[in-house]
Amino acid sequence: MKLHEYQSKQIFAKYGIPIPKGRVAATAAEAKAIAEELGGRVVIKSQVLVGGRGKAGGIKLAKDADEAEQLAAQILAMEIKGLPVRKVLVDEAAAIETEIYFSITNDRAARKPVMIASAAGGVDIEEVAATAPEKIIKVHIDPLLGLREYQARDVAASIDLPREYWKDFIKVANGLWRTYSETDATLAEINPLVITKDKRLVALDGKMMIDDNALFRHADLAEMRDIDEEAPAETEARKHGLSYIKLDGNIGCMVNGAGLAMTSMDIVKLFGGKPANFLDIGGGAGADKVAVAMKIILSDPNVKAVLFNIFGGITRCDEVAKGILVAMAEVKPKVPMVVRLVGTNAEEGRKLLENAKMITAETLADAARKSVAAAKGKKQK
Amino acid sequence: MSILINKNTRLLVQGITGNEGFFHTTQMVNYGTNVVAGVTPGKGGEWVMEGKIPVFDSVKLAVDATGANATCIFVPARFAPDAMFEAADSGIPLIVCITEGVPVQDMMRVRNYIDQKKVRLVGPNCPGMLTPGESKVGIIPGDIAIPGDVGVVSRSGTLTYEVLYALKLVGMGASTCVGIGGDPINGTNFVDVLEMFEHDPHTEKVVLIGEIGGTDEDKAAEYISSKMTKPLVSFIAGQTAPSGKRMGHAGAIIEGGAGSAADKVKALEAAGVKVARHPEEIPSLLK
Repeated sequence: MKLHEYQSKQIFAKYGIPIPKGRVAATAAEAKAIAEELGGRVVIKSQVLVGGRGKAGGIKLAKDADEAEQLAAQILAMEIKGLPVRKVLVDEAAAIETEIYFSITNDRAARKPVMIASAAGGVDIEEVAATAPEKIIKVHIDPLLGLREYQARDVAASIDLPREYWKDFIKVANGLWRTYSETDATLAEINPLVITKDKRLVALDGKMMIDDNALFRHADLAEMRDIDEEAPAETEARKHGLSYIKLDGNIGCMVNGAGLAMTSMDIVKLFGGKPANFLDIGGGAGADKVAVAMKIILSDPNVKAVLFNIFGGITRCDEVAKGILVAMAEVKPKVPMVVRLVGTNAEEGRKLLENAKMITAETLADAARKSVAAAKGKKQK
Repeated sequence: MSILINKNTRLLVQGITGNEGFFHTTQMVNYGTNVVAGVTPGKGGEWVMEGKIPVFDSVKLAVDATGANATCIFVPARFAPDAMFEAADSGIPLIVCITEGVPVQDMMRVRNYIDQKKVRLVGPNCPGMLTPGESKVGIIPGDIAIPGDVGVVSRSGTLTYEVLYALKLVGMGASTCVGIGGDPINGTNFVDVLEMFEHDPHTEKVVLIGEIGGTDEDKAAEYISSKMTKPLVSFIAGQTAPSGKRMGHAGAIIEGGAGSAADKVKALEAAGVKVARHPEEIPSLLK
């Protein structure tokens, strides 16, 4: 789960990382009031869950409260990479001396958290990583020990941070470690961490991602999820424990298991079709869940055919068939459907679907070929 | 012959009285797996499976009493890390964790702890293992595979079943099938299993089923080109998957854009592996 900048920075502050004064606003009038409180000179920052906000014109500097109102109105009317801006963060403007990149994330290859820092912070950090990797410092943290102070000191020295800032930097590093470890983050990133002209370290921008699997022990964080930022069908799917990602093709796919779901999409493409979605009903799905899944697939108007590929293990094919029948009775779909059932109770499942006017397939390749033909409007049995 | 599990496997099931644990224990016993004990804290002293399998309060007690030499974990995600630590501390040499949804920071702690011990963890979020005709540990349906000389290793669950089934349809069997699981941090990786297959006298060929994300397939390709003598066939899922949800800048810095299906296919082909376009092509490529 991604958090907004303003949410990430609130969490940083909780763990002792200095952030600029500021608040979030949903209207231009609110933005003006906040700017007045902060003394006029502010930065107006769009709050959308995509990168490249600055380059898209979603971050602007205002010299006074009136300009803050105008700019907030402009930014709140924007769409960035397809996402409408619903909120802006109004922060006091900082006089910046230096920009540092600083983050903690999971290094899956090393199986440890890694602290990453660079003196060349700011918007072009990925460019730096690609062209001048020696400017990026990486220090792994033992997950059983946690961050040790010497490691933070080593990082400060490695990025040539003047000694007068080491104490503050160690404080930020400890705060970032606690942010990362106590929230089950997969990413806690400050970019930039700035040294201001009045010699303070401040986290000017923040980005966090939380491990969805750990949300059961972070009810407060789970509430921070911004469902306005996702497709309604994806929200609905998550509510029912389904994993659904909308794509831009026209063949709807319902499969059990993520690897098999991806494979089914791949084969559709191999035979000249385009998948409309990724949908994994998980293991052991009952009829209700299957019915919901089918309704979600059919809610996409681009879908011209649906492919069901179920390899029964824990999942029982007759349960899936029942769910398909329930959904068909309710939605009365007009698009052709291709079904392949193998494994646990496949025979019973096929019998249930005998009169449902579905196209049946024996193999995975056969199912993909038939659904591609069906989406193109070819008649078949 | 086989790797990791065989007819001498004496299995313990952690979470044996839960819904999933009980259901799959029944399946394993029916397959012929020697399930010698179960653990459910607070239910020690009870018996399950018509009084044939004793339940203990802790892994240590179960191992001491029954000589179990492998454990299979079915407990819910929030309790699974503790179950893995407990198993690691009991001295049991093989831990198989089926549980899905274990938080990744927990897995980092588990993996770093386990690396200090002489114990092998397979999973979590995996279907377990099957040595056809001898032993099944986990949830792979027993009837979709027959004994044979093909070693199968996979990051996926149901996709693995497709492959085993496709092999069976043409009369090809598996020596052992190992599902290593799809989580970013797990106990056993491709290279670990490839090494075991390379040294197993009864495995003649190997099938490797990978998917997008991470660099495990690339490491496998390196191992294959330098150390492996047995022929391999592979399939990589996720050619059409949307590029993963990016993790800020840090993800790009750490993985440098690695992990796409196309890159993995290229690395494996460069190592001399035949890569199938879809799972049903695998048997003909093995011939």
